[in-house]
Amino acid sequence: MIIDINFVGLIIVSIMASAVPLILASCGELITERSGVLNLGVEGMMIIGAISGFALMTVTGSLIIAVFGAMLAGVLISTIFAFLTQTLITNHVATGLALTIFGIGISAMIGKNFVGIPGKEFPVLFEGLKDTIPLLSPILFGHSIVFYFAFALPFITSYFLKKTKIGLIVRAVGDSPESASNQGINVRFVRYACILYGGAMCGLAGAYLSMIYTPQWIENMTGGRGWIALALVVFSTWNPIKILIGAMIFGGLTIIQFHMQAIGVRIPVQFLTALPYIVTIIVLVVISRDSRKIRLSTPSSLGKSFHKDN
Amino acid sequence: MHKFLIRSFVSSLVLLFTLTVAAVAKDVKAAFVYIGPTGDHGWTYQHDVGRKAVEAAGFKTTYVEGVPESADAERVLRQLANSGHDIIFTTSFGYMNPTNKVAKEFPNVKFEHATGYKREHPNVATYAARFYEGRTILGTIAGTMTKSNVIGYVASFPIPEVIRGINSFTLAAQKVNPNIKTKIVWAFTWYDPGKEAEAAKALIDQGADVIAQHTDSTAIVQMAEKAGVYAFGQASDMDKFAPKAVLTSVENNWGPYYVDRVKAVANGTWNQKDTWHGIGDGMVVISGLDSQMPSDLQAKVKKLQADLASGKVHSFTGPIYDQKGNLMVAEGKTADDGMLAGMMTYVKGVEGDIPK
Repeated sequence: MIIDINFVGLIIVSIMASAVPLILASCGELITERSGVLNLGVEGMMIIGAISGFALMTVTGSLIIAVFGAMLAGVLISTIFAFLTQTLITNHVATGLALTIFGIGISAMIGKNFVGIPGKEFPVLFEGLKDTIPLLSPILFGHSIVFYFAFALPFITSYFLKKTKIGLIVRAVGDSPESASNQGINVRFVRYACILYGGAMCGLAGAYLSMIYTPQWIENMTGGRGWIALALVVFSTWNPIKILIGAMIFGGLTIIQFHMQAIGVRIPVQFLTALPYIVTIIVLVVISRDSRKIRLSTPSSLGKSFHKDN
Repeated sequence: MHKFLIRSFVSSLVLLFTLTVAAVAKDVKAAFVYIGPTGDHGWTYQHDVGRKAVEAAGFKTTYVEGVPESADAERVLRQLANSGHDIIFTTSFGYMNPTNKVAKEFPNVKFEHATGYKREHPNVATYAARFYEGRTILGTIAGTMTKSNVIGYVASFPIPEVIRGINSFTLAAQKVNPNIKTKIVWAFTWYDPGKEAEAAKALIDQGADVIAQHTDSTAIVQMAEKAGVYAFGQASDMDKFAPKAVLTSVENNWGPYYVDRVKAVANGTWNQKDTWHGIGDGMVVISGLDSQMPSDLQAKVKKLQADLASGKVHSFTGPIYDQKGNLMVAEGKTADDGMLAGMMTYVKGVEGDIPK
């Protein structure tokens, strides 16, 4: 096997590219969950984003409209979830599952006419700088804007939750909606906003898959990544930086196991295929074993409905 | 009065009989059971193209998509048989037992099971395509076009169909270029564009400059296009997804067979049989050859295609050895269909082990 520095660079870039949808969806869901809402509809919102982005790109020809349209589609479908769980006070788990089933079904219906159409090339930034520094420049340059946004997002999210007033309000609503409400915070409004934001990020994650990563539309193309994103949020104990680490480990092992197969490492392939799931969970559990910190970052009222009159 | 009654009774009986016969002759209804969604642009999509050909031939069709290979399949089959369908195509290997079970309960309904081998009742027929013939052509092209002598192969699941494809491909590639290596990566999925793209990328990063696939999505040819290497379309013509990378595609063409069989039901000539058609019968179609291929290679491929069609050339012609060097097919002999149907060993030259 050739271990040269460019080869390592290529692998790292593949890993980062495969982590992008997980980071986007997880960071979106993290904000939703931090406000005390458990939305299991991540997979559904992602697939809606995937078809909306692809359809708008095909119909309008504009990548900007397509990307923002996919986010808007995520917002719209999560509005249904927000209305049901916040206004009609339905059960979060059941509503979220219904949202996923609904999303997969409706995306297949809309998508019927978009099967077998090739996608467009998505522009990349700093392409010219790609060959300047070995190892570093292929990692840093020549990616889509969504790629850069995804890797900035965990840090932005972390800063937002820890250092800003609105971040504090979101956490307060997720920990003790009663107290927050007594302080004059409109709990329902905050939760609506967090759900819609989560929808937008999941929509973007879906659009990344159908427009940038593998530019095409086929049914169920998110392939369960929404569920992995959900698991990442929990196993990272609601910490955006650990989401980044978890997504990189998961993406990394998926890619490295393909390399191990191609090199001919004699480990059962089924084990290699299961490796990303096992190792990601173990690593995240180990780095998050401080129970005091877990208690601090876990939204205490996660999944519990709040009604002002009770 | 009596006579009038009898006469009208008899004439209405005759009328009824004529109507029924006419109805049977005209209104043959065909049903299709799919494993995936029709929107997969792969396996199920191609079966649905075949169904549309049956519609175009003037027959009514129904389809049920996304049917799991479990007790659900039986339920769906029973419902289709009960609701007046005359012939039911079950288009995935895992429907084998449900198909035979339900066929026993509905002796008047014809069942056609794709890629299986069980025909336990006279109303069950089986059919499959010799895709490995297409892979002989792809191997010939890959062996000629590669410069790095490393060919990547993204495989789905370790079943005879896939192993046969890998073997047929490798044998053909070795024949034109004894120095090639086929690197295989198992994706353990039939279609997940993200995973398929990652598998292809891993192979390309390890020096493969031609990528073959036995998974269904177009993600692999797109990845090849991006990386500037060659690839082949699977199930349908994928040229428009990657015009530079795709050298040709192997298309699954079920339409003519489906129309034939539904017509046979309409004419009352349907019989139980096992069909295994290849290039010669048009069930396996080779798409147009890319102009990047040198003209002598194009001519060679065209000739090979004709020879496979006529039976002059067989994809598995001896001597063929397995990885340990044991003789599988003797010199001058060809592998028989029984051996092909159960093929679960790699031929010499394929790297790695078959996942167990």
